[in-house]
Parts: sequence; C-alpha cells; structure tokens
Amino acid sequence: MRRAAPAEATGAGGMEPLQVPALGPVESAAPRPSASSVVSDPRPPTPVAAPRRRASAETLAARQRDISVAEFFTKNRHLLGFDNPAKALLTTVKEAVDNALDACEEAGILPDLEVTIRQLNGDDRFVVVVRDNGPGIVKAQIPRIFGKLLYGSKFHTLRQARGQQGIGISAAGMYGQLTTGRPMTIVSRTGPGKPAFRLAVRVDTQRNQPEILSDEQVDVPWDHGTQIEIELVAQYRRGVRSVDEYLEQVGIANPHATIVFRPPEGNGQETRLERVSQELPPEPKEMKPHPYGVELGMLLKMLQATRSRAIRAALAQDFSRVSDRLADEICALAGVKPETRTGKLAPEEVEAIHRTMSKVKIMAPPTSCVVPVGEELLRRSLERRFRADFFTSATRPPAVYRGNPFVVEVGLAYGGDIPAEEPVDLMRFANRVPLQYQKGACAVTEAVTDVAWRNYGVTQPRGSLPIAPMVLAVHVASAWVPFTSESKEAVAHYPEILRELKLALQECGRRLSQFLNARRRDVDAGKKRAYIEKFIPHMAGALREILGYSEAKERETVECLAYVLERSRAEGLGAVAEEIADA
Amino acid sequence: MPDAAVLRAIRNVASGVHAKILARRKPGLRFPLRSLQNVRYRPSIGFFELLGKTKERTLTVGTVKTFAQTLRMMALSKNLVDTDDIATKREAYYVSKNWGDARFDEQPESDAVMEDIEALFRVNREQIGFIPEEKGGEVAGRLVVVDRDRDTGKPLRIDCTKFGSGAYSIPISVEDLRFETDAKFILAIETAGMFQRLVKHNYWKQANCILVSMGGVPTRACRRFVRRLADTHKLPVYVFVDCDPYGIANIYRTLKVGSGNAAHVNEFFCVPQARFLGITPQDIIDYKLPTHPLKDVDVKRAADAVKNDPFIQHHPAWRKAFEQLVKMGVRAEQQALAKHGLNYVIDEYLPRKLAHTEAFLP
Repeated sequence: MRRAAPAEATGAGGMEPLQVPALGPVESAAPRPSASSVVSDPRPPTPVAAPRRRASAETLAARQRDISVAEFFTKNRHLLGFDNPAKALLTTVKEAVDNALDACEEAGILPDLEVTIRQLNGDDRFVVVVRDNGPGIVKAQIPRIFGKLLYGSKFHTLRQARGQQGIGISAAGMYGQLTTGRPMTIVSRTGPGKPAFRLAVRVDTQRNQPEILSDEQVDVPWDHGTQIEIELVAQYRRGVRSVDEYLEQVGIANPHATIVFRPPEGNGQETRLERVSQELPPEPKEMKPHPYGVELGMLLKMLQATRSRAIRAALAQDFSRVSDRLADEICALAGVKPETRTGKLAPEEVEAIHRTMSKVKIMAPPTSCVVPVGEELLRRSLERRFRADFFTSATRPPAVYRGNPFVVEVGLAYGGDIPAEEPVDLMRFANRVPLQYQKGACAVTEAVTDVAWRNYGVTQPRGSLPIAPMVLAVHVASAWVPFTSESKEAVAHYPEILRELKLALQECGRRLSQFLNARRRDVDAGKKRAYIEKFIPHMAGALREILGYSEAKERETVECLAYVLERSRAEGLGAVAEEIADA
Repeated sequence: MPDAAVLRAIRNVASGVHAKILARRKPGLRFPLRSLQNVRYRPSIGFFELLGKTKERTLTVGTVKTFAQTLRMMALSKNLVDTDDIATKREAYYVSKNWGDARFDEQPESDAVMEDIEALFRVNREQIGFIPEEKGGEVAGRLVVVDRDRDTGKPLRIDCTKFGSGAYSIPISVEDLRFETDAKFILAIETAGMFQRLVKHNYWKQANCILVSMGGVPTRACRRFVRRLADTHKLPVYVFVDCDPYGIANIYRTLKVGSGNAAHVNEFFCVPQARFLGITPQDIIDYKLPTHPLKDVDVKRAADAVKNDPFIQHHPAWRKAFEQLVKMGVRAEQQALAKHGLNYVIDEYLPRKLAHTEAFLP
C-alpha cells in the first residue's frame, strides 16, 4: 500500500487536538515510527532485565505531546470503518450519501442522488463520485467541512441526524489521500444565479487543517448541489455488504429519495431507485439535553458554556423538561443554593446536582426530535424492493432511554421470491442509515433472535434468527442512537430499546401469523373443494343410472351438486370461524 | 318384496335425492339405526322388532364420499335386480374398484354401505341382488329337502340321511325349499366338532332328530332354514352351544330373536321356538365340567348383555344365569364333556337333558 503522507508522531497541535494519554507516551516513545509500524507491532519483545530506571518524569514529559486527530485516524482507521479495501469503498459511499441526504433534508429539498464508481488503471484504484441536489456549500466553508476532522454542525445539537461527529466524510477523504496521494475534489453550487466552484482539498494530517490545492470556477449542468470525488484504494464486489445492497437499503429507509447508481462494471449501466414518496419527512426538532441522559462530564461542560448566571437558571434554560420549580427542587435536594453562580460551583456540588438530576421525577423528553420513516412508507419501500406475498410494518410510539427519545419501527416482507431455506434477511437501520457490519453485536439482532417466531408460524432454530422467506427492516431512530463503537455499526443493548424492538417485531409477527393462517385456510378450502369435486360426477352418474335421465339433465345435476356442496363447505368454514371466535 | 317393488323403491329414493339436488338443497338419506338400541324384544311375536330410530345421512363435505358410494351401490343393486343377477359381498367390493375415487378401500366399508341400503329398503340383501360369502350351515338327520333341478326345474329330493359321514349344505336361498320329515326335534349345534361326533355315531337315528351345525353365529340362511323347517313341521328347536357369553348372547340369541345389526329383517331370520339345551352354567356344576377362566372380553360381553340386550333383560332366568356365570368366573366348552368319556355326550348328557325339555332356558 502506497502512502503519500507518512504518518508522524510529532503533531504540532491542531485546533481541536485529541488528548490520548494512553496512546501518546507509548507510541511516541518509538523514534519517528514509519507507516508500517501502524500495522505491525513496532516494539520487539523486550528482554527481561534487572529493574533499572530508564526514564524520569522529566524525560517522559519532554516526549509527551498532542497527537493530531488525523494521525490518530491513520493508526486507528478500523474504528471508522476503513479496515479493508472493500469496506473502505462502502464506508466512503456511505459517508458521502449520509452527508448528501442530511444536506438536502435540512434545506427542504427532495434528495436526488447520483453515485458513480469508476475503476481506474490497476486492480485496486477507484474513484467514488457522489452528487446531490442539495443547497450547495458556501465556498469558504468547503475546505473546513471536507479537509478537517471533527468539524461539523451536528455534534452539539440533539436531534435525529445521520452524521453526528463530523468525522465521516473528511475521514473518507483522508483515507483516499493516504492510499492514493490524491486530494478530494468538491464541486458545489448554491443556486441557479451563482457560480459553481471546484476545489481540490487535502488534509494536513499533522495539523488537522485543510489545504487547498486548486480552486477554480466551473460550469455545471445543475442548479444547486454538491459533488464530491474521492480517489481511493478499494475493492468493488457485489452481494452482501456491497455498495449495491447498501444503496438499496438506503432507498428503503429513505422513501423520499431517488438514487441513481452507476457501478464500475456494466459500461454505463445504471440502477435507478425511484422515490416512493413525494414528501420530505418532517424536520426533526432540536432538543435540549434531558437530565436523565446527561453524564457528569457533559454537565460540567454545559455549566461552563451556559449563558445563565445562576445554577437554577442554567438548569431551567439549558435542559429539556426542567421548569423553574423543578430546578429549585433539584438544587434543594442537592443541597446547593439556587442562586449560586455556575462558575462558582464546587466540584462536589456539581456532582450532587448530577446525582439528584437522575433521581427526581422529570417528564419524558419531547419526541418531536425523532422522525421515523412511518408505517405506510416503510411498507411501500419494501413493496418496491421485494416481490413478496405479504408486507406489513409497525412503528412504535416514541420511548426514552437515558433521557434520549427514540422510535423503533419494523417492516416485514414474506414469501414470494425471497429465499425460503435461509435465515431471515435482516436489514438494520439507525436514523435511516443502513448498518452493514457487526450484525451479531447489535441489539436489533438480539431482539429478532429473542422473539418467539414459532408462535407466528415461522421456523426458528433455538437461539437463532428465524428461517423463513422473510425480510425484516428494523429502524431505530433517535436524537442520539447509542452505538457499540465509533464506526456506528451496531446498536447498543439498552433494555428500553430491546423492549421496543421486541414489541414492534411481535406486532409484525402477529400480523404475519394472521396472514399465514388465512393462507393455510385458503389452501385447506382448496383441498376440500378438490375433494368434493372428485365425487360429484359419481353421484350424478349413479342417479342417472337409476333414473335414466338425459345427459343435459346430468350436467344440470352436476352443477346443482357443486352449488350445494360449495355452500356446505362455506358453512363448515363459518362454523369453524365461530368456534375460534368463541374460544 | 317382489323385484318390481324393489326396483320401484330404489327409483323412489333416487328421485327424492335428485329432486332435492335440482332444488339446490342438501339431499339426505334416512336409514333405520342398525343397533341393539333400536330394537325391542316382543315375546308375543318372538323376535327383535325394529324401533323408529333413524339416522340421516345429509350430503355435506364430510359425507360426500359415502353418499356417492351409497348411490353407486344403489345403482349396482338396481342393475342386479334388472338383469336377475347376483353379486357376492366380495364381488360388489371388487365392482367398486371401477368407481375411481369413490371406490372402497376395504370390504368392510362396502359391506356397511350394502347393509345401509338393505335397511333403507327394509329388504333382505338377497332381494337387492347381494349374497353373502359365508356357508349357510350343515344338516344331517331324518330330513328330505325338496329342491329344484337347476336345469330342468324338476323337483329334486335330497335325503339328509344319505350323506354318510358328510352332511347337506344349506344353500344361500332357502325360501323355495320344501321339507319332508318325521323327526321329533331339531338340534342346532355351535361347533362343527360336536356335530361331527353326533353324525359319526348316527345320533340323529337314536334320538330321531335333525342335526344342524351352525358354525358359530348362524348365517341368515341357516336361521331361515331352521325357522321354515320348524314352522312347517311344528318341530321344537333345541340349541347346544358352549357355556360362555358369546355362545349365549351372540349365537343363541341371534338364532332365536335376530340381531341388532339386521333388525330390519329379523322378522324372517329368527327362530322364536328355539330353546337352550346347554351347556348352562348350572351344567358346569352338575356335570363337574372342566373350565377355563372367563376372559376380560367375556366379562365385558356378559355385562353388556345384561345391560343392553333386550332379550336377556326380558328373561329373569337368563339374567340369573349370567349372574351365576360371572360369579363363577369360568366358562366351559361343549367338548368339555369328553372328560367323562368321548361318547358321554351321546350316552349321558343329551338323553338326560332331553328328558326335561321343560327345564330348558328360554
């Protein structure tokens, strides 16, 4: 693997350096580690020697310094989803698509996305181009958005969004830069009357600062939007966890988006996933943090940043669902004077407030910050994607874990072309983003496994996913989806979330079982009808033998017999239905 | 019932069903219930009389197969009567193999449908063209049966004393037979073994009687034969069977008053004048007979007879005999008499019993 920018340990400190004391001294101890040292363990086995003082606090201090975020990334890129070339391609597309959809929605535009992947000379060189019809980006902001990690608008707000940390797209750009040496190219236009600009941007990995390599005005055939282009070492494949599959799933969770995909193979052939809804989902409202979900560190930070002078006002103003009276109550219970200046609070007092906050009774947070796909749209999305016999969906009412509102919804497709002898095709979504990896570690998988599918007429080996011609689309939407790791691949196992997941799955399961029962009854009825029809000619024939009537009369007899028996069969069914109702 | 009447009855039932079908309503067939629950014992007429209980087979999904089979069987019967032909029960079963899905899988199914039809028309199955497979029974003794030569139609005299160690076989249809005899009684015997012994030693000569081997529960032909013979010559009928619930409640009772299953034809197939010679439970004691313990099925049959059999219920003597039998908990076979010598039955038992016919159980 070729590296354009050798990773260096001596970051001069960017604007938002990450302190990583655990890593710092150890990694920095190696003199100017090379790129390869990222992959393999740089330290040879240390021979056991007599205890000897090797470094003093002072000498260690001389080596301790900030680590650039960018450099941290190069060493820990698996945390962000760039473990291998195939996954890197998928992650790059995913980050670009997430950003594009978020941008369109925030601007109130129905998203039209074009995703193009081109293969360059050589096996492993690809270019990913993602263009949206969003509002475009002001030229001055482009370098910082794409050329700097941890720069974004969403980290500090609490509302449902795809991206959160401001790492994704810059990390993708940086991966491309690290593997091919090529910068990221961004073309953006903010409106019909405005010029479009093309910028080539790269990340200064030492300083976590953007570096503009070129900047020109260009003509584009579109009115507004942004197009990003990243060249990277990657691997393109089809099937499970492919870009194709990922985009299909994006389409399911985003029924208001149209996505065009041009894969590297297939000579200009494109897949077009047409939107099924002409309406944008309602905009998620921003939410102040709810006291139940706030950790001590977060509380400290909030108290530093607050505009309110007194602790009482800070609590009432900066938190969700805290009234003046409740703020007084929290202060009283914590033994803190409500008038105390926020800046003058002793650490013990902040701790007391934090303890108290989680104990007092506070109304659940507002749920307007969470917008699910919706039962009907989720079902229609599945109907567009799969040829199945039965579709259903269930959206749960909002619920709360640790002060964070969330909504769980489940879509289910059954039968038709879906393979019957395989475990259920489980699609997981968090805030409309498909989750591709770490299926086994995900709360969604656990919930699906825990539901007793046999009750609904579906085969399920003990402790496994059900085996059925079935697709499940499970969506967890929240102002803050708890993931098990930074790469956002699996939802964490909060009991409240598991509970809602199971309830939604069970609701769909019950409807599936109704469908399966009805279908079984139809089959039985069909068998009965066939059974009856076998004997009708014998009755008509025997009567004709005895009575000697004409052939026409025999036909009439057959017809009447069929009528009489069909009615008898229907009555029989009615009787059975009544019996069930009685029970 | 003459053939024409049978044909008319078949047509009537069929057109009733057909009319209902054309009216788009469920047709039904109403059969007399064929079981002991639907008979009454009337001593005045001497047999099980059919009560009014019926079962209706309405055409539904559940009955469609049997219904089709019943109509098919009726059509077959009509053909048999029309062409003056007969089919054995087994043959009828094989004919059904042409009926595709309506065919019978096992003969008991076709027998049941046949008996339903028989009951439906209140006729004997021979009248609707079906004949049984089983042998009618055997006869030896002072009797001349006058039959007809199959080819010439001339009377054929069969002397039942002239079969040597063999015997005359009762034919399927006995209705046209005539009898000549000067015997004093008829002895109906359960087992062929005992019959053989009595024939071998010409017991009929010694006792001046007619011996009939029933071979278990007597067939309809056997019952009809004994009945006509006894009626025409005013002969008493004595029955000699094993002492167990089967011998009494099934063999003897069926011979005398008919069965629940064929209650619609009991009038013809019963022998009301039959009396029970032995072996009685008391005989076991009196003659010190070797016994076997009653099997569970025997005890059950005895209890069932006392509880459900209108004939046994009617006669206190029989009820007492059953109680005694169950209390003793044993049974004894006819051949048990051999314990006292092979010909003890001829030399001692029968003469002693026949000296007191008034003491026979009813």
